[in-house]
Amino acid sequence: MNQTALSSESESGASHADHDHSPFFAHHFESPQQQFDAGKLGMWLFLITEILFFSGLFVAYAVFRARHPEVFADAHLYLDKSLGTVNTVVLLFSSLTMAWAVRCAQLNQQRGLIVCLTTTLACASLFLGIKAIEYAHKWDSGIFWAGMYQPLADYHGDHGLSPFLIGLSVPALLALVIFAVAAVLAYARRARQQLIVFGGLALTSLAFFVGVGCAKAVPVVVDAMVGGDHDQATVVSVEGGRTESVQEGSEDAEQPPDEAPETGPTGFSPAGIFFSIYFAMTGVHAIHILAGMGVIAWLLVRSVRGDFTPTYFGPVDYVGLYWHLVDLVWIFLFPLLYLIQ
Amino acid sequence: MTTDIQATHHGSQDEHHGIGHVIPAPVLIAVFLALIVLTVITVAASYLPLGEFEIWVAMGIATAKAALVAAYFMHLRYDNPLNAILFIFCLLFVALFVGFVLMDADQYRSDLIEMHSPMN
Repeated sequence: MNQTALSSESESGASHADHDHSPFFAHHFESPQQQFDAGKLGMWLFLITEILFFSGLFVAYAVFRARHPEVFADAHLYLDKSLGTVNTVVLLFSSLTMAWAVRCAQLNQQRGLIVCLTTTLACASLFLGIKAIEYAHKWDSGIFWAGMYQPLADYHGDHGLSPFLIGLSVPALLALVIFAVAAVLAYARRARQQLIVFGGLALTSLAFFVGVGCAKAVPVVVDAMVGGDHDQATVVSVEGGRTESVQEGSEDAEQPPDEAPETGPTGFSPAGIFFSIYFAMTGVHAIHILAGMGVIAWLLVRSVRGDFTPTYFGPVDYVGLYWHLVDLVWIFLFPLLYLIQ
Repeated sequence: MTTDIQATHHGSQDEHHGIGHVIPAPVLIAVFLALIVLTVITVAASYLPLGEFEIWVAMGIATAKAALVAAYFMHLRYDNPLNAILFIFCLLFVALFVGFVLMDADQYRSDLIEMHSPMN
């Protein structure tokens, strides 16, 4: 093993004098290959803890589904399948661009690496924009987690701006303003590297609002195609949730909604617990998206600086693995929450 | 040993002489298109009256998608097998976790102590 590692190092040294002495090659490794493999093993161990962590949420889902199948039969009425599908495609595309970023780094395509990372960031932001519409739509109609679950029977689709949507958009708007100003300043100072980074991040922040716009447009388009019963479906579903909770347990339904949190564990309606699980699973997933965006932004800074070469691209690969794991979690969340009736 | 195998792999790549395996662009595109097709199939299947089989169809398609992502996007097919073994063992433990909890879930008697059931 030692011999082969050394020989491969000397071989690559002979053919690639320029890449061999990457400043990020740590001296305690025998070769860049060994450094890469060690980092990758560490990343996989981290991903395994992530899978086990998410499996706790999937177990909560499975147990609740086993005990209350009737809640899940109606749950699909609350969740917008078309938005879930669009988000799935967006996330799959971001996985493709992330895998492509690794390929670019391996082939020393610096410009391609920057483009791929920026696209991945923008897709992540688009995903969150669509998610923000979904969350705001539910919160507007009184659908919260179990302790605050009071669906409004008279809610008729979205009219005007929702305060929840504004709240969720504020961080993205702040980020857009800050990065756009920084990009303009960088342009004025002719700082090319900063311009690329801040421009990419401003584009990413803008993508959030593209996502919001898409999510607003998708139901309209679906209505036009299906025949315009979207708003009716929303009302029916909310009423369905009410009647269901009446059938479920009469003591729940007869309590005024504002007393529900004080009544202890028995006071929570099953539909409310379903949405607790929904918000916990998608919320933790969204936090992982945000964390992924943070590390991809770090990769963007480093790739603009030119840190990554065919013998040193470990960070791109490891972040890629993490990003694909987030995608894997969504691949299971999407059918479990949105599709199953 | 593995370095030798990887070195011969690299020989077949025209432009690449670094570490790790480079996935050809057509493979990346093909995997992405397969994922999109599977997504369309799973959404279409959700409109069919499959009854009890629905969850198995949906989970089967999701597992196929996950396998594609893991094998190609996450390089497991080309990687050191140790990473794939770790991943598979992790999934076995997840299966144990879910399986045992579900076996136990049906044993729970919510009416044993009146008004004290955590899940009603």
